[in-house]
Amino acid sequence: MSDEMWVNMGPQHPFNHGLWNLRVRLDGETITAAEPIVGYLHRGWEKMVENRTYPQIVPLADRLCYGSSFSWSHVYCLTAEKMFNIEVPERAKYIRTACLEIQRIISHLLWLMALGTDLGSYTILIWSLREREVFLDRMVDLSGARMTYNYPRIGGVRNDIPMNFERDINRALDLFETRLREIEALTDENQAFRMRTVGIGKIGAEKAMNLGLTGPNLRGSGVDLDLRRHDPYEVYEDLDFEVCTATDGDCWSRYRVRIDEMRESAKIVRQCFAEMPKGPVRVKVPRCPPKGTATCRVEDPRGESLMYVVSDGTDRPYRLKVRSPNYVNLSAAPEMLLGHKISDVPSIMGVMDMCIGETDR
Amino acid sequence: METLYTVLQGLSEWLLGVIAWLVDWTRLGFLSGLADWLETEPVLTAVTTLLVAVIYLITLMMMGLCFIWMERKFLGRFMDRRGTQVGVLGFFQNFADGIKVVLKEHIVPKAADRGLFEFAIFAILATSFMLFGCIPLSPQFYVINVDLALLLGLAIFSFAPFSILIGGWASNNKFTLIGGMRAAAQLIALEIPILLVVVSVVVMTGSLSFMDIVSWQQENIWLGIPLFIGLITFLIAAIGEAERVPFDLPEAEAELVEGWQTEYGDVRWGLVMASDYFRAYIMCALVTMMFLGGWDGPDFIWAEIWFLSKTFIVFFFFVWVRAAMVRIRTDQILTLGWRRLLPLAVVNLLIAIALKTAEVF
Repeated sequence: MSDEMWVNMGPQHPFNHGLWNLRVRLDGETITAAEPIVGYLHRGWEKMVENRTYPQIVPLADRLCYGSSFSWSHVYCLTAEKMFNIEVPERAKYIRTACLEIQRIISHLLWLMALGTDLGSYTILIWSLREREVFLDRMVDLSGARMTYNYPRIGGVRNDIPMNFERDINRALDLFETRLREIEALTDENQAFRMRTVGIGKIGAEKAMNLGLTGPNLRGSGVDLDLRRHDPYEVYEDLDFEVCTATDGDCWSRYRVRIDEMRESAKIVRQCFAEMPKGPVRVKVPRCPPKGTATCRVEDPRGESLMYVVSDGTDRPYRLKVRSPNYVNLSAAPEMLLGHKISDVPSIMGVMDMCIGETDR
Repeated sequence: METLYTVLQGLSEWLLGVIAWLVDWTRLGFLSGLADWLETEPVLTAVTTLLVAVIYLITLMMMGLCFIWMERKFLGRFMDRRGTQVGVLGFFQNFADGIKVVLKEHIVPKAADRGLFEFAIFAILATSFMLFGCIPLSPQFYVINVDLALLLGLAIFSFAPFSILIGGWASNNKFTLIGGMRAAAQLIALEIPILLVVVSVVVMTGSLSFMDIVSWQQENIWLGIPLFIGLITFLIAAIGEAERVPFDLPEAEAELVEGWQTEYGDVRWGLVMASDYFRAYIMCALVTMMFLGGWDGPDFIWAEIWFLSKTFIVFFFFVWVRAAMVRIRTDQILTLGWRRLLPLAVVNLLIAIALKTAEVF
């Protein structure tokens, strides 16, 4: 009998946000093997949408991830538009870009809140949620919902921005930028926070690319890859923003990347509203697309999300495939966890930003 | 001097008199000796001691409840929220929680070692309550006043890792086992700096009795000023001994669910939870007693009030630390204990010896 033991951290465990299982083999407190097990939240999403008409899938795509629902319904709309061969009005593109970046801030704040609980600081949790609430209220003004907006449409967005929305969002961003510095005072300037993140969960650039990491997790390893820059969609080409990277590939780098990204997102939102043209926000879409396939990938807050639609000429998709960034990122978890203590599991997995809704679909 | 004992001696004398009179009044032959026996000296002492203990226990349990309330309210304020709102200023929340845990079902896991499982809870509760007795609130308000009170208190305190380890082992759960091991390692690592700091106090005051330590400080100077390094060391170690953030590793809910308490439910868990605050109270009281002059203060209010308000101020520091910090890792706590606090404690001891040798005080 060996001294090592397997511990099931999940499916019900305080550290996993969502329903999944992380099996770790422990030698004392050191992790010698790790195995993520997902599938507890499988809802048959991809099969389900085969029985829905194209417009009906938009609100369902919202449900893929409760943390960043807009980016998922958006990537679906983008894919569908590609298949329908529709050009979206310029104003709708700007609105979508602004919403995507607001969604990125909301999603990253949700991640920061979860990281706070994982590391045992409830102040980070409450403060992040407080900041997030301001943006949720703006999204309520825009779409009427707090989390699952059902706002984008194939061929544009549902409605134009409400009155004074630009003013409100600029105020929210001003407040957010000052408050983010407050949160940074709790984290960056906190020796204990650094002790928990610096040098933990290291993964090199090459290894990260081989394992298929995308998004902030990849950029934390120093790989400058951002689909907003390298495969632009919507109006990102015309906007001025930085791709945030960090070099160390540890939890601290990934944390820094996300914090910097929130600042960049704020910048993008301001630009969008400053340059937004007048005009319609939606075009008419035929009922059935032509026969064929379409694929589209975007930079989700969690990484590269991709949708692939096969159409057989009817009003329902023949097949719809989702590439979830989290599902792929999770495969890098054992690589990051090996050799660390069990106490590092929350910091490594917390910084990775899990969302089981999209992982299991 | 009118102490708690002399006050309650009168009360118990009257009480025993009433009972003896009632016994006489029944005129039952076989009870005739009882009335005389009730009025003898040993019975009087026993009843007085019992009354003192009960009153002291209730007082200090109320203090524990105040601590919980204070933590909830202040933590709420630190996090920009209001804290609990049940009853007057949220003061009834503890009672609501108490009623809730009392009404819960008592569950013992099938695989647990039942005897030890139950024993561990009583061991930790009994030691926590015993600690109350060691700490006087003022020269009048005390239960025991022995020469070695300080040593006795610390000896009882160091019983905790033993019972935690038993509890973690007996639950027969991997998380509780790791939690119990951690608790033992952490408490032992921090015990040594604490004892060295206590030795420096003893060197300065020349006594292990709280009464003498405080009266020395009343005559000379609050020990927190000459032994400032000792005060800081003791405060940090005290947070660890009370198992509070950032040193709440044994209960780290992110990775160990609830640490060694995972399998405990119902009123046992409630009492263990409360006993964390009782132990925090003990630590705050020790800091007050040894470094902040105990009940030393201007005469216009009672000595007990002085003592308790200083204790509350120390606990406020604990809450502040909890609001600002994240949890650190086991190995980091051990490093902190052995490589930072221990040298500091030694330096502090040398300072105390130097001050005593030079006869500054």
